[in-house]
Amino acid sequence: MQTKTQQVNKYYLKTKRMFLGMQGTDGLLYKLLIYGLLVGIGFVYLYPLLYMGVYSFKSLDDLLNPLVNWIPTQFYTGNYEQANKVLNFFSTLMETLYVTVLPALAQTAVAAVVGYGLARFDFRGKKIMFVLVLATFIIPPQVTLIPRYIFFNELNILGSLSAFLLPATFGQGLNSAIFILIFYQFFRAVPKALEEAAQLDGAGHFRIFFTIALPMALPAIIISFLFSFVWYWNETYLAAIYFGDALTTLPLQLQKFVATYQQMFPAEMGVSGGNQLNEGIKMAGTVLSILPLLIVYFITQRWFVEGVDRSGITGE
Amino acid sequence: MKRLGNNRNLTGLLFVSPWIIGFLVFTAFPLLYSLFLSFQEVKITTDGIKTNFVSFGNYEYAFSVDGTFVDRVLKYLEEMVISVPIIIVFSLIIALLLNQKIKFRGLFRTIFFLPVIIASGPVIKELIDQGITTIPSIEQYAIYQALSDNPDGFFNGILLYLIKNLIVILWYSGVQILIFLAALQKMDKQIFEAAKIDGASNWEFFWKITLPSLTPMIIVNLIYTIVTYSVFSLNPIIEHIQKNMFKVNTGYGYASALSWIYFLIIAAALAIAVGVMTVKRKKKYT
Repeated sequence: MQTKTQQVNKYYLKTKRMFLGMQGTDGLLYKLLIYGLLVGIGFVYLYPLLYMGVYSFKSLDDLLNPLVNWIPTQFYTGNYEQANKVLNFFSTLMETLYVTVLPALAQTAVAAVVGYGLARFDFRGKKIMFVLVLATFIIPPQVTLIPRYIFFNELNILGSLSAFLLPATFGQGLNSAIFILIFYQFFRAVPKALEEAAQLDGAGHFRIFFTIALPMALPAIIISFLFSFVWYWNETYLAAIYFGDALTTLPLQLQKFVATYQQMFPAEMGVSGGNQLNEGIKMAGTVLSILPLLIVYFITQRWFVEGVDRSGITGE
Repeated sequence: MKRLGNNRNLTGLLFVSPWIIGFLVFTAFPLLYSLFLSFQEVKITTDGIKTNFVSFGNYEYAFSVDGTFVDRVLKYLEEMVISVPIIIVFSLIIALLLNQKIKFRGLFRTIFFLPVIIASGPVIKELIDQGITTIPSIEQYAIYQALSDNPDGFFNGILLYLIKNLIVILWYSGVQILIFLAALQKMDKQIFEAAKIDGASNWEFFWKITLPSLTPMIIVNLIYTIVTYSVFSLNPIIEHIQKNMFKVNTGYGYASALSWIYFLIIAAALAIAVGVMTVKRKKKYT
């Protein structure tokens, strides 16, 4: 009798161990729970993207057919053809790159210089400046928007790239504070020895910066550039106000998608379908407008993830 | 020696001078100028901008006449009070999950950070219009129907808002997840082992060690979340400010006043959030 209960107990313990694990973190049940949660939440994250992708390939028949849900009956690319026309994809893409890459470059360059200055030199008012840099992050752009608008209007640079480029060149672009912080943390973590050696050899501060510090900061440069590229790309509020009708970007075109479509393909009275704007075309437009970013992200995602580490906000 | 010191001082200033100039020209001056404008009635004439001092007129107008603004501010505050804690807690949970010994961590990280890359205003708007941001096929469930039948109650309103915008709320948490994850991975493993030997369970360990040591990161994430949430281009208050900027009877003066009120509200929200966190933290240690 005694042995039997012991036996049962042993099996019980064994199975318990298998499911719950020794320490509570290596059991099968625990693993299942974690993977289940991650996959479930991951699905919720990707759901809009999947939906967009699927709907953009649906022909009108598939859209109207309630039986066709996730798999279109045919590989229909007509939506993309129309969305391409409405967005004027390639020329808009070029324009978008023009208004995002250049400010991103300027922003990265100036953040590197300022970050280096903050990390390597002591000067009066450095602490105050540091606080001000961080403060610029919480000032909503709306507050400075109107004076900047008036100012740019007087300089006659509204509707040109300079409206983005000029603030970026002076460290007041989108989220400049974060980039300055990234470079500040980076340069602080780099040992000074190399620079001191160069100094003994008679190199000036600027030469040291350009020939020694900057090449070492390549990871920080890539991270800053990518983040500011993405943020400038997604900025529609300031772009709409500063650029007016003179310059456009893919997100801005997407914003006007319905209006542009109706202008290009005026609805024919009484004819249903055919020319009408449908979900599929809209989704194709959305996919087209984020596709370049997705490609950039999947090539460079390692840098994005590292970027958060590098900003040093987690404290070293 | 002293000369060398002065020299370094000057070079340092030289390095940061672009920022100082930019700050003065593009941030400090505009800030003051918009404060000035907010007390004026601004008329745009052919010979430039004419201003007319109206004291607190614009501010009074915002709170007494302009019902839309007050409505939108209240709605914004309500949504922020609901969304921000959810974003913080959710990103903390995801970070904790990703911090386990799991396979495909990189893949999951890539997925959870993806929204940060593509979430521009027009894209989100398109998704909301298509109704993709709700939980898939939620309308079929009895709970949803019961809620949408009487959307007036306080809790019903909150729940409905959550259900309708769940994916958007989750999409805001990409950066926060990575910040938490980075902090978790830097935590000293020895503390964990020591606590284990003293007989602490995982549950106790989380509440007594992990969470308190994450408090600074929670504050950072709070600030980041509130700021990004407030300046996102779909924010109805921002839309309202922009609309008033180009209206004839309100114009720059009134829009400046609105943006200053908004700025002060954001600052107050940040101060309260950070204040609550620090008070809580102090209590725990005494």
